[in-house]
Amino acid sequence: MINWTETRDIFANGAWKQNSSLVQMLGMCPTLAITTSLVNGAMLSLATIFVMSLSGFVVSCLRNFIPHEIRIPVFIMIAAALVTVVDLVMAAYLPDMHKILGIFIPLIITNCLVLARIEAFAAKKDAIQSLLDGAFMGVGMLWTLGMLGGLRELIGAGTLFSGIDAVIPSLHALQLLPENYPGLLVAILPPGAFIVLAFMVAARNWIEATRAARAQLPMPAPTSAGGCH
Amino acid sequence: MNFTTPPYLSQNISVQRVMLRVLVALLPGIAVYVWLIGPAILVQIGLATLVCLLAEAAMLKVLKKPLALFLGDGSAIVTAWLIALSFPPLGPWWLIVVGCLFAIVIAKHLYGGLGQNPFNPAMVAFAICIVSFPALMSQWPPVGLKTGFADQLALIFGHGPLLDAMSSATPLDAMKTALKLGEGQATVAAVLSDASTFGRVAGRGWEWVSAAYLVGGLWLWQRKVIGWQLPMSFIAGIVLVSGGLWLWNPGQFASPLFHLFSGASMLGAFFIVTDPVSGCTTPRGKLIFGLAAGVIAYLIRVFGGYPDGVAFAVLLLNLCVPLIDLYTQPPIFGMKDGK
Repeated sequence: MINWTETRDIFANGAWKQNSSLVQMLGMCPTLAITTSLVNGAMLSLATIFVMSLSGFVVSCLRNFIPHEIRIPVFIMIAAALVTVVDLVMAAYLPDMHKILGIFIPLIITNCLVLARIEAFAAKKDAIQSLLDGAFMGVGMLWTLGMLGGLRELIGAGTLFSGIDAVIPSLHALQLLPENYPGLLVAILPPGAFIVLAFMVAARNWIEATRAARAQLPMPAPTSAGGCH
Repeated sequence: MNFTTPPYLSQNISVQRVMLRVLVALLPGIAVYVWLIGPAILVQIGLATLVCLLAEAAMLKVLKKPLALFLGDGSAIVTAWLIALSFPPLGPWWLIVVGCLFAIVIAKHLYGGLGQNPFNPAMVAFAICIVSFPALMSQWPPVGLKTGFADQLALIFGHGPLLDAMSSATPLDAMKTALKLGEGQATVAAVLSDASTFGRVAGRGWEWVSAAYLVGGLWLWQRKVIGWQLPMSFIAGIVLVSGGLWLWNPGQFASPLFHLFSGASMLGAFFIVTDPVSGCTTPRGKLIFGLAAGVIAYLIRVFGGYPDGVAFAVLLLNLCVPLIDLYTQPPIFGMKDGK
């Protein structure tokens, strides 16, 4: 039932080719707002992975029973139910993390990446594929937000994994740069999110362009900017 | 840089020549600065120039642009000098290096290089650094505290603790803090009577640096490197708001003269808002740009949390330039009011 090549394609699509933050520019609001540290970015992505994979699975199972005209409200209700689950579970088991991520957990439902994958993928494909697509799109978001958060944290404060004790109490943040590193505060402030993300998008485009040039293929069209929250 | 309507007259003026004149016009200000603070500012200017030129060369090489042409035009040096003059003179060396790198790499070249940058690079450097290192960027040496050149070098290239002992707030900051602490009791006149900080007009010593910038700026205007619109409207913006508030309540608001000769007002009026790349290009647009920048600079300086508002005002107005230029196009020859 699981086709290996297809699975690989779904993975490549989610993690790199159609990466939510670097290519589709979807879900910019959490991408920019929550990535003040590696742990924050990764935790929000993990919550989103849960919501996206399960909502993909459920919608795909129900796709033949959902009337076409009211599909969007139905999709949103399914995803919202899952977001509520994440919100309550996190509040119960990771209260400190829940406090830090705050409003951004319920706001996962407004992340248009969730609805986009349901509408574009889960509503048309079978259940296992949809589950994988949601999960791998989330993996793309996980590494991008983790890296963005990590870079901002490192430049802004000189640490990595700060706040990890809110998730795993026995671990502590790493102080990578010397103690007297003054910290380029702007990296942690909102403008820093835009600047670091722009560098990551540029790096991805550069890697793609070099690859294309090496393969003697025509350059891929430049990725479009803009998107929604 | 300037798009105008015919008739065209040939002007024997290149980017290189404009930049050279701007540098010359900065010299009186720098001379007074050295006399006040000591040679530390020259070290900072040299450092900024070096970093800006290196960053410029590296970016030109990466972007495969002609190295000699763009390095020789002097625009990076003007940016460097403006950064050095707007940063605290005894700040640590890396402060100015960070500022210069941001200015040249991000604000200038990533936006397309000379002529393409929507934001004034020197002001981007200032804004990034004052947001990131607010404490360091607000520590200015008090004038009259004679420190030896060796001590100054130790401050710039050494470590922090010495700095606290040798720095104070700028006159603008001192005025704001004194008025705030006085809770309506302290008056401007009483605050100003402390001559060791405020001198005759607007800050002991610093008023003379401002006056020297004014002289350099007037020379630039006389040589037609800059027009009258931007500096005059910027000054008018500051004078209008500060004058209005001063007339209304002279006890709580300093006079326009104080505001014109403190902070970065004069440097801003003649050397920063006049940036031909990131500013407005139409004559009426320039008036709007300068006026709004002056008003916003005053508001941030007096009611905001930062020591001075010129950088943020200029950056905000840089954002509005396309809109202002769109609505202030001069009528084309032979047409009536653009119809």
